[in-house]
Amino acid sequence: MTDTSLATPRRRFRFDRNASAILLIAAVLIYLGLVLALGQTRFLTLENVIAILTRSITLGITAIGQTFAILVASIDLSVASVISAAAVVTSVVMNGNPAMMLPAIAAVLVMGAVIGLINGLVIARLEVNPLIATLGMSLIIQGILSYFYNNFAGNVPAEFQVFAYGTIGVVPYSLIFMFALAGLAWFVLRFTRFGSDIYSVGGNQDAARLAGIKTVRVVVGAHILCSLCAAIAGIYLASRLRSGAPWIGAEGVYDLESIAVVVIGGTVLAGGRGGVWGTMAGVIIFSLIDSIFNVAGVDAFVKQVLRGIIIVAAVAFYAARSQRPVA
Amino acid sequence: MNPAFAEPTGYMNYLKRVGALAILSAGALYVIVSGGFDLSVGSLMTLTVIGSSMLASNDPNSTYWIIPLMLGIGAVVGLINELVVSNLKVPSLIATLGMMISLNGVAFMWSGGAPRGYLPDTFRFFGRYNIPDVPLIGILPVAVICLAAFGLVLWWGMHRTNYGRMLHAVGDNPQAARLAGVPVKSVRISAFVISSLTAVLAGVILGGRAGVSVDIGSGFELQAITAAVIGGAQLLGGRGSVPATIAGALALEAIFTLLNLLGLAQPIRLVVQGLILIGAVAFATYQRKRVGR
Repeated sequence: MTDTSLATPRRRFRFDRNASAILLIAAVLIYLGLVLALGQTRFLTLENVIAILTRSITLGITAIGQTFAILVASIDLSVASVISAAAVVTSVVMNGNPAMMLPAIAAVLVMGAVIGLINGLVIARLEVNPLIATLGMSLIIQGILSYFYNNFAGNVPAEFQVFAYGTIGVVPYSLIFMFALAGLAWFVLRFTRFGSDIYSVGGNQDAARLAGIKTVRVVVGAHILCSLCAAIAGIYLASRLRSGAPWIGAEGVYDLESIAVVVIGGTVLAGGRGGVWGTMAGVIIFSLIDSIFNVAGVDAFVKQVLRGIIIVAAVAFYAARSQRPVA
Repeated sequence: MNPAFAEPTGYMNYLKRVGALAILSAGALYVIVSGGFDLSVGSLMTLTVIGSSMLASNDPNSTYWIIPLMLGIGAVVGLINELVVSNLKVPSLIATLGMMISLNGVAFMWSGGAPRGYLPDTFRFFGRYNIPDVPLIGILPVAVICLAAFGLVLWWGMHRTNYGRMLHAVGDNPQAARLAGVPVKSVRISAFVISSLTAVLAGVILGGRAGVSVDIGSGFELQAITAAVIGGAQLLGGRGSVPATIAGALALEAIFTLLNLLGLAQPIRLVVQGLILIGAVAFATYQRKRVGR
């Protein structure tokens, strides 16, 4: 490569496209540096790397769905309640009976799709601000759920716990499942008409409508996918915890964390730009931050303060270069 | 249904209960009208209550410096929020979310997870004390006086000053406002600072009424947004009214009180709040479309 090639705009380094990769590399380097500096090489085993990745599978699956919602310039605050509801329905319907596994999964997926459909219709047809629509939906789901259940309810059969605990060699099924789901999402966004419609609608809804895209369908579709992913995350959580309780979604702060992860991954909150691999990078960055805190032995409350600062700093990392005004 | 509401005292107690939320909502409205969100107000209320109880250590004279100190902390929080939004270009949703997480952590750190000490009576005066034997209305809670006073100040600031008009202009179209000579940045800074200051005041009143607990302010940020939306405020800026927002807070609390009286549990409260939220915004959007604005 010659020096002159640097001057041509064609080869210019697109900072915003690579920001999530840079952040991921930085997080990995900090982790490695810390582990080596403290001489704790036992944290460098393959098992430990897999443990880091496995820690945030619920967040990862949820964030894949959230990516779709944010790409169409919407947002979904109801995912945490959907996770709780899905986990409770899974464990209550199964109730220890292996024969009920498929009906339970089907019921949860239908529930997720219906919630997404309602979210999408309220946002696209009634033109309610997506924050408010999904926040309201979240309150409604949470209210209904805690009316019927106030503690762990039902239990999942041992056969179903394989989803969370089974492994091929050292790699858990659930980890493979998450990356397969991310691959599927990438395929949909990259190679299907629905995927390109999502980017058009997110970029400029009016222009997309004038170009003949049925924007309502695209927004509704994105929300159905988002709620479906949250429902799947709830199924996974039920399998891992062996039961479901109405507070597990809210306790994990999956609504806000999934948004933070998507944004750290380079998807723009205003919609139309970003992608699912950035989101996965964001998820891994989040687990690495947790691991860094654990290795360094940071106090739990200090950890929380730093977490808040890191979320803002990571978003600022590339948002600061944007020329567009923000509110 | 409940004889307490046949008497003025019942209404005064209701107003006392709603005081913190109403003041908070009116302050949060400033940020909403300017086009942003402030999710950090609930955690700032928690921090105010926890911090005050840690600092007071049962000394009744401490109130006179603790409240100004807390207001100072609030102003700094608001300032940081806005500087992160406008200098680092972080969307206010994320910026104040980060602030919310951090402030909750600070409150935990400060108290070590379990708050010690309690608030002296001089501090709790604002939220708890009732002036007895007032003609016509029986009792007059100090919280209601605070609500009236701060409500008036916030109303005046938003609807009777040049600053209020600039705030609306910034929220409606920041580019146009800038070209028209509005100092966009300082208008935004003041909106976030006002929101944080009212959160501290609301925290003082809430702490006075309800006492110390580690999650006392959680959920208030969303209730404040709900109250503003019921009051017709437009999210993402440009439209909103202080009296209507206070009325929204009153309506929200009235509905909660009604549900309580009907013996319906907390879960139903959530469902109703959700339905009201979606319904209010859907109705407002429908109205706007019908008149073609």
